[in-house]
Amino acid sequence: MKRITVNEKWCLGCHLCEYYCAFANSGGEDMAKALKGITIQPRLRIEQAGCISFAVACRHCDTPLCVKSCITGSLSVRDGVVCVDREKCVGCYTCVMVCPYGAVMPSESGAIQKCELCTQRSPGIPACVSGCPNGAIVLENGG
Amino acid sequence: MKYVIVGNSAAGIGGVEGIRSVDRSGEIVMFTDEPYHTYSRPLISYYLQGKTDIEKMSYRPEGFYCDNNVRLERGVKVAAIDAENRRVVLDSGASESYDKLLLATGSRAATPPIDGLENAALLFHFLTLDDAKALKSIVAPNSRVLIVGAGLIGLKCAEGLSATGCSITVTDIAGRVLSAALDEGGASMVQRHMEQQGIRFRLNDRIAKITKNRATFAGGQHVDFDILVVAAGVLPNTELMCALGCDAQRGIRVDSLSQTEVPGIYAAGDCVRCCDISSGQEKIMAILPNAYLQGEAAGVNMAGGNKSFETPIPMNAVTLMGLRVISAGTFAGEEHNAGDEGAYKKLFVEDNLLKGYILIGHVERAGIYTSLITGKIPLDTIDFDLMKAQPQLMAFSRSGRQKMLGGQ
Ligand SMILES: Cc1cc2nc3c(=O)[nH]c(=O)nc-3n(C[C@H](O)[C@H](O)[C@H](O)COP(=O)(O)OP(=O)(O)OC[C@H]3O[C@@H](n4cnc5c(N)ncnc54)[C@H](O)[C@@H]3O)c2cc1C
Repeated sequence: MKRITVNEKWCLGCHLCEYYCAFANSGGEDMAKALKGITIQPRLRIEQAGCISFAVACRHCDTPLCVKSCITGSLSVRDGVVCVDREKCVGCYTCVMVCPYGAVMPSESGAIQKCELCTQRSPGIPACVSGCPNGAIVLENGG
Repeated sequence: MKYVIVGNSAAGIGGVEGIRSVDRSGEIVMFTDEPYHTYSRPLISYYLQGKTDIEKMSYRPEGFYCDNNVRLERGVKVAAIDAENRRVVLDSGASESYDKLLLATGSRAATPPIDGLENAALLFHFLTLDDAKALKSIVAPNSRVLIVGAGLIGLKCAEGLSATGCSITVTDIAGRVLSAALDEGGASMVQRHMEQQGIRFRLNDRIAKITKNRATFAGGQHVDFDILVVAAGVLPNTELMCALGCDAQRGIRVDSLSQTEVPGIYAAGDCVRCCDISSGQEKIMAILPNAYLQGEAAGVNMAGGNKSFETPIPMNAVTLMGLRVISAGTFAGEEHNAGDEGAYKKLFVEDNLLKGYILIGHVERAGIYTSLITGKIPLDTIDFDLMKAQPQLMAFSRSGRQKMLGGQ
């Protein structure tokens, strides 16, 4: 079971993961060009207060309430990864209502977006994991 | 083991997936009186609006029945249950045996007691894909539509129809829209928003009489219509159980393992009465997530597993003409207002627990609030002021967060 875990004490609150995430999902070739002048809409987010910060991304739960509650059948589990069919999703936000982590994100198209561990984009290591300068976001491959 | 499921919607599909998580080989036969592959019922308003199509409306992929080894009998109504011999009797007179039976029969439109309702020139309900298709084929830009019922289904119907440019009036005996899902302030915000987009409302008023094209209200005023849509609530489909002598008119009762009082018969979804853990009251929670989760639990139990669905609460996520609304739980106890500009937000607290919430406009991360209700998290174990401002994991203790996010 692949999932991202977060080491809160290593998080610098630099928000780089959010930029890497937005870039990885932008389809662009060059990070500076892809993100220049836009408000990024990453699929994970940093929570920050005082000196505490940490990233929150989809946990790809064993019992994913979002998938079970989805009223359209747009969310499903593929090889352990909770994925969304964004063509099908009408943006009703039932998943936003049930995700206990607040990890389902809105997007400009109206459909929801969420972390899919970069399986749709650049197979291998998720961009937030490889981009984190301090090892605060880790990909677990546990069973 | 042979399973029979009556109903091919959210609860029935949950039943299949529940059974198959335990039993890969038992025979499953599913009956539906609708002619379709399983589809998402809430999407009928999006269909009306032209925002989705029949293909995208399917609730599960095309290969679902084949992959799960299910024999689907479409367009077949189950007319009776012969519980003694464990058979369901079909409307054709044929019958099918079962070892375990799941009733996932859902609900149907309630008919309000309005004098002359049957005289309306064109009368529709708004529950099924066939309802939506029929409505779509007949509505024209110059149609005058009167919708009876300002609940979720009535308002979604209004939204769906508004795309055609027809004129729409929504009426309800209740004094506010979405009376089951919103408080007064929230309801008036939604109403204003829809009014600004051309929908007219006549609330807190009762239709005394209907003739061909006219609804006359108790006070004497009238609204003329070409099309009348009745969306005045739903009733559980429980005739099959009632015919067995069970007291199920107001919803089928099940135990913690989804079983009805009749051996071998299980029930799930909109046809079931269950306990709302946020209020402690027994009710029918006619929402899709509940239907699926109850169906799934029933399926697991039918196949010999052990699963109870422990956290049913009323909750609604709905977007109406661009305005996002999410509410959950019961609106009892102390009220906390935390809305900011252009948004509405109320949290309801009782006995150190979050009991309910309403968010309109800004709804991001609402699930964190939902989890406080369903998890019955004592509010003095979190930073409630922080949580009130924004749903966030920061409001939990560091160790609580670690449990949620893994890592160290
Ligand atoms: C317009 C609209 C919008 C909605 N929006 C939302 C929303 O945004 N969020 C939400 O959570 N919920 C929403 N709902 C409610 C949601 O659709 C229901 O809660 C859900 O469909 C219940 O699923 P179910 O499987 O219990 O029953 P149903 O969906 O009612 O399905 C029952 C099926 O069983 C069949 N059946 C019944 N009796 C028999 C019989 N004797 N023999 C054969 N077949 C039979 C019926 O024809 C039907 O196909 C909406 C509903 C409507 C109509």
